[in-house]
Amino acid sequence: MSTSLIFGNLTWGAIPWSNTLVMTVLAVVAVIGFSILAAITYFKKWGYLWREWLTTVDHKKLGVMYIILALVMLLRGFSDAFMMRTQLAVATGGASGYLPPEHFDQIFSAHGVIMIIFMAMPFMIGLMNLILPLQIGARDVAYPFMNNLSFWLTFAGVFLVMISLGVGEFAKTGWVAYPPLSGKEYSPGVGVDYYLWALLISGIGTTMTGINFVMTILKMRTKSMKLMQMPIFVWTCLWSNVLIMAAFPILTAVLAMLALDRYLDFHFFTTTLGGNPMMYINLFWAWGHPEVYILILPAFGIFSEVVSTFTGKRLFGYTSMVVATGAIAVLSFLVWLHHFFTMGSTANVNAFFGIMTMIIAVPTGVKLINWLLTMFRGRIRFEEPMLWTIGFMVTFTIGGMTGVLLAVPGADYVLHNSLFLIAHFHNTLIGGALFGFFAGYTYWFPKAMGLRLDPTWGKRAFWLWITGFYVAFMPLYVLGFMGMTRRMNHTNNPEWTPWLIAACIGMFIIFAGIISQIIQLVVTYRHRKSEKLLDKTGDPWDGRTLEWGISSPPPIYNFAHFPKVSDRDAYAMMKKEGLNASKIEHYQDIELPKNTSAGFLIAGFFAVFGFAMVWHIWWLAIVCLIAAFVVFLVRCCQTDVEFKVGAEEVARTERAHEQTLIDAGVIRSNS
Amino acid sequence: MSQTNSSASSDFDKDMSEEKVFGTEPNHGGHDHPQSIEFGFWLYLMTDCLLFASFFATYAVLFMNTAGAPGGAELFDPKLVMAETGLLLTSTMTFGFAMVEARRCARTQAGTGKVLLWLGVTFLLGAGFVALEVHEFSGLIADGYGPDRSAFLSSFFALVGLHGLHVTAGLIWILFMILEVKIKGTGGRTLTRLGRLGLFWHFLDLVWVSVFTFVYLFGVAQ
Repeated sequence: MSTSLIFGNLTWGAIPWSNTLVMTVLAVVAVIGFSILAAITYFKKWGYLWREWLTTVDHKKLGVMYIILALVMLLRGFSDAFMMRTQLAVATGGASGYLPPEHFDQIFSAHGVIMIIFMAMPFMIGLMNLILPLQIGARDVAYPFMNNLSFWLTFAGVFLVMISLGVGEFAKTGWVAYPPLSGKEYSPGVGVDYYLWALLISGIGTTMTGINFVMTILKMRTKSMKLMQMPIFVWTCLWSNVLIMAAFPILTAVLAMLALDRYLDFHFFTTTLGGNPMMYINLFWAWGHPEVYILILPAFGIFSEVVSTFTGKRLFGYTSMVVATGAIAVLSFLVWLHHFFTMGSTANVNAFFGIMTMIIAVPTGVKLINWLLTMFRGRIRFEEPMLWTIGFMVTFTIGGMTGVLLAVPGADYVLHNSLFLIAHFHNTLIGGALFGFFAGYTYWFPKAMGLRLDPTWGKRAFWLWITGFYVAFMPLYVLGFMGMTRRMNHTNNPEWTPWLIAACIGMFIIFAGIISQIIQLVVTYRHRKSEKLLDKTGDPWDGRTLEWGISSPPPIYNFAHFPKVSDRDAYAMMKKEGLNASKIEHYQDIELPKNTSAGFLIAGFFAVFGFAMVWHIWWLAIVCLIAAFVVFLVRCCQTDVEFKVGAEEVARTERAHEQTLIDAGVIRSNS
Repeated sequence: MSQTNSSASSDFDKDMSEEKVFGTEPNHGGHDHPQSIEFGFWLYLMTDCLLFASFFATYAVLFMNTAGAPGGAELFDPKLVMAETGLLLTSTMTFGFAMVEARRCARTQAGTGKVLLWLGVTFLLGAGFVALEVHEFSGLIADGYGPDRSAFLSSFFALVGLHGLHVTAGLIWILFMILEVKIKGTGGRTLTRLGRLGLFWHFLDLVWVSVFTFVYLFGVAQ
């Protein structure tokens, strides 16, 4: 009795001692983790880490942290995919493979949650953090502290998902966690609770990100930049953040209701006493469908920037691009029912949502035509970001068309929950969102780090990824037509076996692509002094937007003076007119927000709060909530939250960069 | 679109003391301006509005599912709800008075006594509202009509309780603003904070009007 007061439901039995696979993974993670911690201690880097990174409110550093988080979670999510594909390749013809069903179920649930919520989202938000304020000529986001807090709340969600690997279990319900399966009756374990608190806590962080960036875009632009002069990436981010603001509260609501069902015996989604599980599915997809556009729209923005830069032309059809993005954003709220045509709505309801879904393909098609016409008769440079873009254009078109096929309710009745669906959404999410983030990652890496990624390994990675993608996912379309459903642990149909093996081979090719990307980072680091990779001018690609007009990496204050924008491709226009050396004698002091540990602490308490709720350790949950509130209060009372970058320091930094530019022949000197 | 003349110009002879490599414009970022901060708070309120909308939608779907237990017509006490509504609507007015006084203090350097008075009155009215709601909830639960009894009651408790939690948060906020006004007066930052608290408080009032109409009035009229 007394132990349950202190530890709730948490016992030593929560750690899966007898599961050799999990314990091996844990051991490896523990060894890697401890060596990293030991290395930080040995090199005395804790202070540096804390001061420069963990407490930072600088959007550029937060962007880098988001992207590192995303890449680590990509490895985690991919290792889930690795296990699933190898399991299915061997578990055919009656064999049961090496993963028992209850473990396999956790793997596919974790794979979905991690890839969407903790890989794609941080990757997207990271790129946005890194670049968006630079593109609009701002010194930071509107709420720098909230930005830091958002990151750490996302991290708290990651913490909960990762710790579920070793303490207890993760959800076995699929990433959508439909009730009644996810209700207390059918999922009595802690898996769904981990899922709920991870998503609730990180979801609040994401909502704040949405508010922060809508505000940043609308209020923080350099004064002369009109809305229709914003780079297209900014436009797509604006719509994406509007969608975050509109969609994530619905997710918070629906998950809170499921939590109430599980913790306090409410009857929202139970099958007894009037509960309605379909209500969950409706609300979940009212968030879930906009969510895929939240991910894909900024990727579209990245492709637009890349196409225009590497073609050396203005983007074709800028206005139609803006309108198309808005149309997609609005329509994304009118298609949610296509995720469950088989619910049994009337034919008219299904027809409405089917047609709406097909209509959404129209603005997407407009965008594709715009990119093609931008490239038309352009002088295309096949650098790595451009390769990802062209790979995307082909791949996403296929994924989009299979989506239109699924939008036909009659066809959906045959194909729903089959591997055809799995192939379709991987086709759009990998071929669309992920390729876009990779394009952005290589395109803006020099801006963040001051040096380019090694192009040779980058091109290898691209070709391996795209080949691997087709080999891994085209067979899934075939398997879907053959009737194989998703989330199967083992199969017994000899006709499926060759396709499953092909998909497994494709996974290995993607694996080689990921290894190439790791090698690329190592090679880049080793050649960090080489002239070939260094970006001295801040403009390695002959860029067209404001971020390329400042040094790489940018100074902490981004812009010494707010740039004057007179054109959509602001920096391209400045270059066209000829850049001159500055005649400014006087620089001003610049006020910037101070670093703060409040975000880290608040999110830390929320992470422990989530853990306490999962294990019903009520006292700890209450203590953590109070502690988080106290930290918040202390933060609210602080008045000294800004520091000054002195005018001399600004002048020194700016003149040094200017001299580099004069030496490189980019700008004309005054004398 | 074509005001190119003012950007980084190729004209060497022109006096460009204000221009750099880049074409410049000496203005300041937005985060110091109260109006900007207020706009951000509006954005937050919109997300909160959607949170409530989700719970309203769920209530609309589930309120018929009483699972054999009594529905709103039997369970709701119109007099109690009327009293709650009266308290909350009055409190929005008294908060308005507090705000008027605070602006006057900021303008004329007058004492903050009246601001504190009206904030205190607002707090008491809000606390009365929460007390009545707790009374209603505990009564229902004591009679065996808690949220675990039926889907209707689940969605009712969640929706009304969510609003009640917001009001409670608002009360805590009022308490801390009373402290802040007392210690720091009604300087710039305190005034914008009061302004945001006001937005929050009036927003909760609007939500309550919806709750009152769609939950209680429709419920009793069934």
